Amino acid sequence: MNFELPEDYVAIRDVTRAFAAEQIAPRARKWDDEKWIPTDLFKEMGRVGILGVSFPDEYGGAGLGLLGMTVVVEEIARWCGASALFIAAHSGLCSTHIRLAANDEQKRHWLPKLATGDAIGAWCLSEPHCGTDAEALTTRAEQNSKGWVLNGAKFWITNALRADVFVVTARTKGAERGARTISAFLVEKNTPGLILGEPEDKMGMRGSDTVPVNFENCQIPAENLCGELHHGYIDALRVLDRGRCTIGALSVGLARGCLEEAVKYSAERHSMGVPLNRHQAIQFKLADMETQIEAARLLVRQAAVTHDAGRPDKELSSIAKLFASEMASRVGWDSIQIHGGAGYTKDVCVERLVRDNKLCEIGEGSSEVQRMLIARAEYARQSA
Amino acid sequence: MSIMTEQSLPFGYELGEDHALLRDNIREFARTVVAPGAIERDVKGEFPADIVRQLGEMGYMGICFPEEYGGSGMDALASAIVVEELSWADASVGVINSVQNSLVIDPILKFASDEQKQAWLPKMATGQWLNCFSLSEHGSGSDAGAMKCRAELKGDEWHINGTKMWVTNGAEADAILLFVRTEPGDKRNSTCILVEKTTPGLTVGKHEDKLGIRGSSTVELIFENCRVPAWNTVGQRGQGLKIGLTAIDGGRLGIAAQAVGIAQAALDRSVSYALERKQFGKPIADFQAIQWKIADMAVRIAASRALLYKGCWLKGLNKHSLHIPAMAKLFAAETASFCANQAIQIFGGMGYCREGEVERYLRDAKITEIYEGTSEMQRMTIGETLSHDPARVAATEK
Repeated sequence: MNFELPEDYVAIRDVTRAFAAEQIAPRARKWDDEKWIPTDLFKEMGRVGILGVSFPDEYGGAGLGLLGMTVVVEEIARWCGASALFIAAHSGLCSTHIRLAANDEQKRHWLPKLATGDAIGAWCLSEPHCGTDAEALTTRAEQNSKGWVLNGAKFWITNALRADVFVVTARTKGAERGARTISAFLVEKNTPGLILGEPEDKMGMRGSDTVPVNFENCQIPAENLCGELHHGYIDALRVLDRGRCTIGALSVGLARGCLEEAVKYSAERHSMGVPLNRHQAIQFKLADMETQIEAARLLVRQAAVTHDAGRPDKELSSIAKLFASEMASRVGWDSIQIHGGAGYTKDVCVERLVRDNKLCEIGEGSSEVQRMLIARAEYARQSA
Repeated sequence: MSIMTEQSLPFGYELGEDHALLRDNIREFARTVVAPGAIERDVKGEFPADIVRQLGEMGYMGICFPEEYGGSGMDALASAIVVEELSWADASVGVINSVQNSLVIDPILKFASDEQKQAWLPKMATGQWLNCFSLSEHGSGSDAGAMKCRAELKGDEWHINGTKMWVTNGAEADAILLFVRTEPGDKRNSTCILVEKTTPGLTVGKHEDKLGIRGSSTVELIFENCRVPAWNTVGQRGQGLKIGLTAIDGGRLGIAAQAVGIAQAALDRSVSYALERKQFGKPIADFQAIQWKIADMAVRIAASRALLYKGCWLKGLNKHSLHIPAMAKLFAAETASFCANQAIQIFGGMGYCREGEVERYLRDAKITEIYEGTSEMQRMTIGETLSHDPARVAATEK
């Protein structure tokens, strides 16, 4: 049993923390207003080793696994959910899918570039008519003499405006549903037939681009199949199990930001002759906030370690994501309340962090799906 | 990705082999010996004397101290596991065990002299001595420093006078870790004294009739010119409150473990019931209304256990922390009440009846929000220490 992060994790945490304070904190509000984070920020993240933290050494990563990912994502999210969401999509979804499923050649080609940010990745699963029920997806890939032709529409694709490579799931076998009738493909940007739509205007995560991606007779070579034929959905689910830990960490970071701001404000601001934090009404809120953040962080890290150890605990991953994302919303609203009028304005970053967090209750498996999965796992445990 | 071996895991709180084995053993005992009579003891308000005797024989009444004093030489985590598993079956047995170990043996290990340890601990280890901890009074609960029960040193004896309240295990206990006022003033005014139950001048007063944990006694202790050798003083004179509060800090983990045990029992029973009970032609487990409750229980229990284990890890390394045990107790206690209440709802009418047993969980759970520091005191502790050390939110290893 060990609750202390080893040195190499602490080192990358400290690098990321300093990076976030210098590069992100002063600009995050502007990015939220302008609905765009300059891609240079992410290239820089790649250069300092943040994007590749979870990649194996042989592909230019730090080899710190999903646990390492949760550590850096928390640090970035503390100041900006949208910046952290980039990592979740680029490193957590796209790169992880390639690492878990792709062949050696594909891995050697893409992973080193993705680790350093020289290439940017997106991951396309959701469609206009299927989010949670992704097994019902309708994008199709038909085989022809030159490889594969993709047709269909993907929706809510994070990083699509800046991505160099897209991992795309599409049906490769007849049925309307079915887990083993879907395959994954690598599609490079500028491939004819890959058409980006208008970015969504969102409540939060506004600096992160969320874009419809359409495929119209998009021809890709046969060697761009990523993973085994008809195995794309199974691989996607493995990616999502890991992604739950990443999103959990994102929420922990957002909640931490909300708490840190509340602690600072409640020490400075006076009411009735004493600092706010002398009032039990405030003190008790702070206590509940910190308790929940601490618990969420432990759950997220424990879940991540089970993946790194090669025996993923899917129920715990769901528990971590569900608890962390709902926790962060509670903590966020409490932080706004502690800040009073100031918290309702954009001068304090808390309202932005709260808006950002709402996505964490929805993306990569909604809270409703997590509850279904957890209940099923509890039933199975009892029946076993 | 390379497969990491157990030893090389960079982080985590999975139980290792020794602790998992301990859990299996105590679980077997709890489910076969403790659980069957739990309802009856609750109804009758009956102390589980035979179970306590067996726990003593098995070494569970003195878990966390070295074998040289007759203890089992295990750690804080082991202690928490024992309390959790016992509480799964009967929270009264859980608290009897927790008081024995966390509230009395721990402070003796920390503050008593070697001679005292040699005299007392072997008796406690075997369960020959059942312990109780006596700090609260009618007018002083959370504000323990306001105690009125006094002791005066005359020659080499303390003369103790006054009344203590809400003493868990007090009716059956053989040894009382007592906190009394010995000095004037508001600060450093009390002393910790070990009092044997047979000492003349000590009588057991009123037995409380309680909402829950009815299998454990909660009594008044009345001291009338009760004379105790000065040799029985634990720690320094005037240091009593410090010892008492240190014990309660440690005891929080025991109560958190008790709460986790109750919560887990509520969840396990709910799952079985939901899978069996049919309405509208299918098991109620199939309805999302029930699934949601099950999931919310499982999530809070997982969070509680994570905090509890971190508290145990810190204690095992002798790393002092006020806030982590406070968080563990606060969160686990509220989780126990939440889960017990959800269980009653899932059981419906049956949940409201004693026969269904889950209503006892709610009554038992309530005490975890009150004793060894109320939820309000835990929030104060967390809130105050956070205001003094705001950086700890980001530096997560403390």
